[in-house]
This record gives sequence, structure tokens and C-alpha cells, in this order.
Amino acid sequence: MKPIKVIRIAWLALMKNKIRSLLTMLGIIIGVSAVIIMIAISAGTERSIQEAITGLGSNLIYVQASMGSARMGPGQSQSSSGGLVYEDAFAIADQINGVAGVVVEQSSTQNIKAGNISLESIMIMGTTADFPSVRDMGIASGRYFTKYEIDRTTPIAVLGSSLADELFGDQDPFGQTIIVGDNVRLTVVGVFEEKGMVGEVDYDSRLYTPITIVLEKMTDNLLSKFKGDKVRLIYVEVDETVGVEGERTLEDVIYQIELLLARRHDVTLEEPDFMITTQQDIITTRESTTAAFRSLLAWVAGVSLIVGGIGIMNIMLVSVTERTREIGIRQSVGATPNDIRWQFLTEALLLSLIGGLIGVVAGIVGSWVFGQVSGMRTVIVASSVLMAFGSAATVGVFFGYYPANQAAQLDPIEALRYE
Amino acid sequence: MNENKAIIDGQDLTMIYQMGKIEVRALNGASIQVKEGEFVAIMGPSGSGKSTLMNILGCLMSPTSGKYFLDGEDVSSLNKVELARIRNQKLGFIFQNYNLLARTPALENVILPLFYNQTSLLLDDEQREKAVRVLEAVGLSDRIHHEPQELSGGQQQRVSIARALVNDPVMVLADEPTGNLDSKSGKEIMELLKDLHREGKTIVMVTHDPNIAAYTDRTIHLLDGKVHREVMNGKGGS
Repeated sequence: MKPIKVIRIAWLALMKNKIRSLLTMLGIIIGVSAVIIMIAISAGTERSIQEAITGLGSNLIYVQASMGSARMGPGQSQSSSGGLVYEDAFAIADQINGVAGVVVEQSSTQNIKAGNISLESIMIMGTTADFPSVRDMGIASGRYFTKYEIDRTTPIAVLGSSLADELFGDQDPFGQTIIVGDNVRLTVVGVFEEKGMVGEVDYDSRLYTPITIVLEKMTDNLLSKFKGDKVRLIYVEVDETVGVEGERTLEDVIYQIELLLARRHDVTLEEPDFMITTQQDIITTRESTTAAFRSLLAWVAGVSLIVGGIGIMNIMLVSVTERTREIGIRQSVGATPNDIRWQFLTEALLLSLIGGLIGVVAGIVGSWVFGQVSGMRTVIVASSVLMAFGSAATVGVFFGYYPANQAAQLDPIEALRYE
Repeated sequence: MNENKAIIDGQDLTMIYQMGKIEVRALNGASIQVKEGEFVAIMGPSGSGKSTLMNILGCLMSPTSGKYFLDGEDVSSLNKVELARIRNQKLGFIFQNYNLLARTPALENVILPLFYNQTSLLLDDEQREKAVRVLEAVGLSDRIHHEPQELSGGQQQRVSIARALVNDPVMVLADEPTGNLDSKSGKEIMELLKDLHREGKTIVMVTHDPNIAAYTDRTIHLLDGKVHREVMNGKGGS
């Protein structure tokens, strides 16, 4: 029997029960689109992480204040631990070998105004002089601020590219005045090149200013007058020789920083008031999280494919029983067991392939819609589409074989007598 | 009868069913010969073994013992696949309840045996043409695209006769072909079978109705799984 004819027969049989065929395919459609959508979500997340990592520049050490009392035993005084202060950053830059740059960031969200344009809730980034090099940010026009200007709390600003557009449009922002909050007036000295989204952070919509401006004019903290200005995070960029054979290792640098900060904060290394993580730590943590996430999704999707397959098997078994008479008729005019087996197997295969095809379309459209609605990034992975479609076909053959075999083994006399 | 070759040569056919612990001898050494071009009726009370004999003659099952030669070929020990081939190429079935594929046009029903014919060299279009020709021959040229539920009983039986003929079988087997029909349609079907007989077809028919059996050349009476007696009907003449 020619395959094309078998396919035609199977197709006609499916078309006789359109609603049932569609409902049977639903399991496969959901399974296949679930696989594609879920892999698209996890691939999107992974892509975001990768970009965040490359966007941050390499060889970064993060020094964070750990204010939690978890490490504090009972009866211990907390007075000595003030967390990180601004001056710690300079101590690290000055006293640790192998450090290429140190950046401190302290942000504040403010409304800003320039001329007659007002913008609400703009992220004001107070940073230090090494920021452009540590974060790989290029200056498009004008200049960045210097350490001298930071020390003097000079009221100047460098704008992210999209913020500059919003505030000044075609005008040259250089030398313009921006009013931040109620009364802080900053003069624009430069505009960054477009950076785009890095991870979930939009660097282009921010205003950058010396950290001393944020600390003194936008943070009110009486304690800072006595103990120095608290900061949450210090970025340390190690220089290129670290980690090279024969030179000091990253661990050495971290240890040096730990010793320095412990001394400055008057705490022991066993109970520090700060926490040091490397970029690698962060990558590893996030990768293992996404890997777990991805395998969970794959399981869920795989299970739904199997459920879809069982749905096909169920309907095919019902169909074989229901069409026992038809099978008998076909046998009486000369259909061999193989002919019958192929007919039902082809029906199951058609159900799963068409279901798979619809599922692929639904998965691609669904990934896009999900990305738009949730704001999460989705990346459609070609291999996931092939894999999902391939699994659907396999499921069709696997779950279609048993009913088809049942049909093939029917006795023609019994089948003809079946009411 | 003339010296035509034997289409059916069944020798000492025995069929034993195992029903739990009880052995049922449905056929108990029945021997039957049908020559080419004959129109034969098989009669007998229920339980006489005529359905079993019909199933064996139709190659739907193999006898427990005994030899069955169909058109010179020993088919008593063939496997399922070979039996399917024999049914397809050498036999045409007509059933009491027509056994047409539901919701399938007459034409598609008639093409079905051609579809399973592995040795047929006919192209799709030629198969279609042939099926149309056979449907025309049974007087259904205006019902080709009708589905069974749109046809009367007599018309449905004509479709099944067309299906039985489409592969040019050596023999047509009819199982109570008029059993579900009113007397007028029944008569028309019998006339149609007689026409086929006149054209040279070998036809074997199972019936319990002596009036229907009277259309044939010869009636074989079965009793208790054996051939009880054979009667020449005389008026069928070839």
C-alpha cells in the first residue's frame, strides 16, 4: 500500500471526528508549546544574566555591608560595626596591591527639572572617578568628573543618553543647569554613550553625579557627620596581573581587603560586618539557579507531553473499539494485519504531528506574548522547537503503537460480528 | 454440468471450537465441490455449520483439519497475511447487513478492495474509473457519491455487490444477501446475482429461504456439520 494513500485514509478518518481529533491534539499542543515557552523563558533569563555580566566589566569584587545581626552573638555590642563607609573605598584603593580601580555607588531617586521640562523619579547615581572604566561606559560628549571634583563636592552631572534626549532634545546639554529635588543645582558636563539595557538595568536613563553630592545633599544621616558616610556597596576592579601565573591570586587580594576592613571597622575576620563576593560567585549562583529552574520547567513540560500522549492512546483505544466493524470490513476485503496497524499508527502519528505543528506555532507566539505581557525576556531556541516537535512525534508512535497493534490483531470474523 | 475446473474443493473439512471444557464440532467432515461458473446455495438449520463453512470458504478462518483448495490453491494452512491476500484477490463478499463503511461515499466503498490489492497495476484514476464502471453495472450510476445512510437497503446491497466484483474475484460469497430486504428489493438483488451468474461468475450463497435457494443451480443441505444431501434445482441452467 502506498504511504500517501495510508495518510489519506488516516486523514479522512480524523476529519470524520473533527472535534474529537482537535481535543485529542490539545494535550500535544499544550505539551509542545509548554516546552518551547518554558525554554524560551529560561534562555531569556540566561541571556540577561550573561549580558549583565559582560556589561559590568570583568574582574570585579563586590564589597557589601552586612548589617544583619545574624552573625552577632548574644550580648555582643553592635556599636563598633558601622558597616561600610565611603572612606573604606579609598583605603582599599590606596593600600591594596593589585587593585585597578574602586567605585562606590550611592543612589537616590529624585524628581528633576531642566528649563521647563520636569521628570519624576529619576535615578541619581552618585559615583566615583573610576566608574566609566570599571563599568565600561564611554563618554559621547563632554567629560566625566575627576577625583578632585568629587572631593570638592562639585555640583556637576553626566547624563545617560536617553535622559539627555528627554531633557534637552536636540539642544546641546553641555553647561545647562538641572535642578534635582528642591534645591540642588547641577551643571551638565558630559553625556554617556548609549549603553542599552544591561540585564534589567537601564543605564541610559540615569543621572550621574559625584558621590559626595548624593551623600551630602540627598541623604540625611546625622551619624555620617561622626562616623563617615555609609555606603552599601563598593566595587573593586582588580588589575590584569591578578590571577596570572606567578602573581598574586584573586584570593590574596580578597584576603588583603578583608584584613584591611576588619582593622578599620575593629571587627574580627570570624565576625565581619561586611561581605565580599566576586563576580564569579554571582555568576555561579545565578547559573545554578537558572539550571534548577530550567530542569524544573523541562520536567513540567515533559510531563505534559506524556499526558498528551496518554490522551492520544486513550482516544485511539476508544477509536479501535468503536471502529471494530470497520476493521472487520477492511479485513474481509483483504487488509492484512500490517495494513490495519499502519492505518491506526498513521492516525496517531498525524494527530501528534499536526498537534506538534500547532504547538510549535502556539509556542512561538506564546513566548512572544508572554514576553510582552510579563516584561520577562524570552528567547526562542531553535533546538527546543526541534526537540519539542521530535518528542511529539515520538510520543505519537509510542502511544499509538499499542492501540494500532490491538486493531491489527482483531479476528476478522469477530470484528465483522461486532455491533 | 460441464467439465469446468473446480473453484472450491473442500475435502473432509472439520472445525472444532473449544468452548471452555466443551468441544464443539461445528463442522464434522464436510466435503464440498463447486465448479467454475456454478451458482450454488448452502442451506441448513441453525447449528448445522453453514456459517462456519462460509467462514472457511471465505478464507476468514482455517479449518481444524481437512483440505481446502480454492481455484487450485491449497489455502487450508495459510497464515493471516496470505489469507488476506486470497480474500482480496480471489473472493468477493456480500453480507446480509451490507457491511459498508459508514459515512463513506459509495465510490470509496467500492474502491476499498483495490486499495488493498498489492498486485494491481491500476493507477488511482484507473481504479476510480473501474469502480465507477462496476457501480454503473449494478445500476447505481446516479448514486456514486452518496453515503450508505442516504441509500435504501437494496441500493446499499448493490454497492456491496459492486465492491465484491471490483477485484474480478474467482468467486462471490453471499451470506443471506436478501435477509434484510423487503421482497421486492430482494427479488431485484437475486435477479442481479442471476445476471452475474449468466455472465459466468461463480457464486456461493448461504440462505435459509427455499425461495431464494431456488434461484440457484444446486442446493447443498448441511446437517450436523456434514453435507446431508445435494439437490439440483434444474431451472438455473447455464
